Amino acid sequence: MGQTAVQKILARASGRREVAVGDVVEPAVDLAMSHENAALVINQFREIYQGTGLEPRVWDPAKIAIIFDHRVPAESAKTASNQKRVREFVAASGITKFHDIRGDRGGICHQILPEYGYVRPGQVVVGTDSHTTSHGALGAFAFGIGATEMASVWALGYAVNIQVPGTIRVNLWGAPPAMVSAKDVILHLVGTLGAAGATFRVLEFHGEALAALNTSARLTLCNMAVEAGATSGIVPADAETERYLRDEAGVAEAIEPVLPDPDAAYERTVDVDLDALVPQVACPHTVDNVRPVTGVAGRPVDQIVIGSCTNGRLDDLAVAARILKGKTVAPGTRLLVFPASGRIYGQAVAAGYVADLVAAGAVVMNAGCGPCLGVHEGALGDGEVALSTTNRNFKGRMGNPASEVYLCSPAVAAASAVTGVITDPREGGAR
Amino acid sequence: MSAATVVLALGDDVSTDAIYPGRFMATVLPAETPQYAFADDTAFNAKLKAGEVPAGSVIVAGRNFGCGSSREQAASALKGHELVVVARSFARIFLQNAINLGLELVEAPDIEAAPGDRLGVGATEIVNLTSGRRCAVRPLPAARQAIIDAGGLIAYTRRRLVARS
Repeated sequence: MGQTAVQKILARASGRREVAVGDVVEPAVDLAMSHENAALVINQFREIYQGTGLEPRVWDPAKIAIIFDHRVPAESAKTASNQKRVREFVAASGITKFHDIRGDRGGICHQILPEYGYVRPGQVVVGTDSHTTSHGALGAFAFGIGATEMASVWALGYAVNIQVPGTIRVNLWGAPPAMVSAKDVILHLVGTLGAAGATFRVLEFHGEALAALNTSARLTLCNMAVEAGATSGIVPADAETERYLRDEAGVAEAIEPVLPDPDAAYERTVDVDLDALVPQVACPHTVDNVRPVTGVAGRPVDQIVIGSCTNGRLDDLAVAARILKGKTVAPGTRLLVFPASGRIYGQAVAAGYVADLVAAGAVVMNAGCGPCLGVHEGALGDGEVALSTTNRNFKGRMGNPASEVYLCSPAVAAASAVTGVITDPREGGAR
Repeated sequence: MSAATVVLALGDDVSTDAIYPGRFMATVLPAETPQYAFADDTAFNAKLKAGEVPAGSVIVAGRNFGCGSSREQAASALKGHELVVVARSFARIFLQNAINLGLELVEAPDIEAAPGDRLGVGATEIVNLTSGRRCAVRPLPAARQAIIDAGGLIAYTRRRLVARS
């Protein structure tokens, strides 16, 4: 019987010829990523060494990445002090894949990892962030873990007691129509599978439509695999993966894709027909509460957010700028835009997108997680409604349990910014 | 079999944003997180902080408890109050975090209980002593049980390190 992509990656990382679903393995970790919560990882890491007489030392500083993104620049003395502690640890441990708060090299962890070529096909990537699933876009097996589990990885260099997950094959057929994007594909899929529909499973993406989905779009797809409960999403590496790594991430070394066997055993197969897909919206307060935009069009919105690890890349800002160029954000509606990285910010400035967005009335914020998780800025007032290209709409997500968050693509967000109500971007005015 | 009282009954898809709201994420140390457990449920949070919820009390929930963010504070905050969570199912990262920190979780796919109910929680079965209903417990996979048996992941990894050195 053939093996899925993740089975083959885990077999290789565990020094085995093959692994079966349900096997318990201890895969060597190629990349271990944390953000501000490295402060907790450091605490737990030191705890592990208590009473052992051993010197706390990370197993391989070159395989650890730390990126500040959740609260940048710091919103409080507490965060600033945590960031300071992490900086000191980074310097003392010789961690080089460190991205501090900077306009050039800074950004969201899930953008920095691909952008700097840290993630490669076939790797095992762990991150203390649930959206670590994103990196499956490059053909790696990437999954979220907690801070104590990361401390264990820092000490041992491998993940303990990992059960080989089953895989759901997702076939993407056709091609997305105008104003329909990868975000609509994954929202539709999460709505179909349900919030726990893929728990302890991997979503492995296939199909003719992948050829038209670049790495930026694939990052969006894999980013939200966790919203169906999936351990990860993965797109087997192909020509586009190589193009991205060479041309955009500057990778010179050999790339060794790990591909699923043609006779791999999948738990089940889900087919999505992109030709028939319309823009999707996830309604409050769960990500799987998904409807076609036509079902919620007309709902007034107070705040629109474009950005995040889901949709803060150059393609996303381009779509928004194209729709908003020469138009004005509706009075009574706030538009907040936050690019996923400093590099993207610079590219968006050079392309004129930032000028177009600002001229329309958008507030373009610094790269980072921004308002997505309600810890930093862009909180909502009581009874307010947000429409956002981010990945979660749980009650209280944007800092206020008395508010509502709808999730959508950049096209829906931008078209709605012009009207002040949830708007189908396929309608005239937005084109 | 131990008996405990249900102090909170919740539905499906309780996210880590509900268990530990993002705006308190700058607080990371397990000793400091319990004050923010279910912070947006102000009545329950107040009871927790007033010490009115005895150790071993049970939170009952539906499917996919702990979905969303990987924030470990969600597990450490509940562990700090020595709560037990009985749910129809758990989200993966939360489940692992709970095991790593020693927060007691019980997966019971057919659990039904209301606040105030007394539950007899055994290794294979839960008896709702108030309603008389019984439901099966799904045992944790052996790989996860090994971490619990070691007293959590810190102790488990420490043992590995010492054995290696």
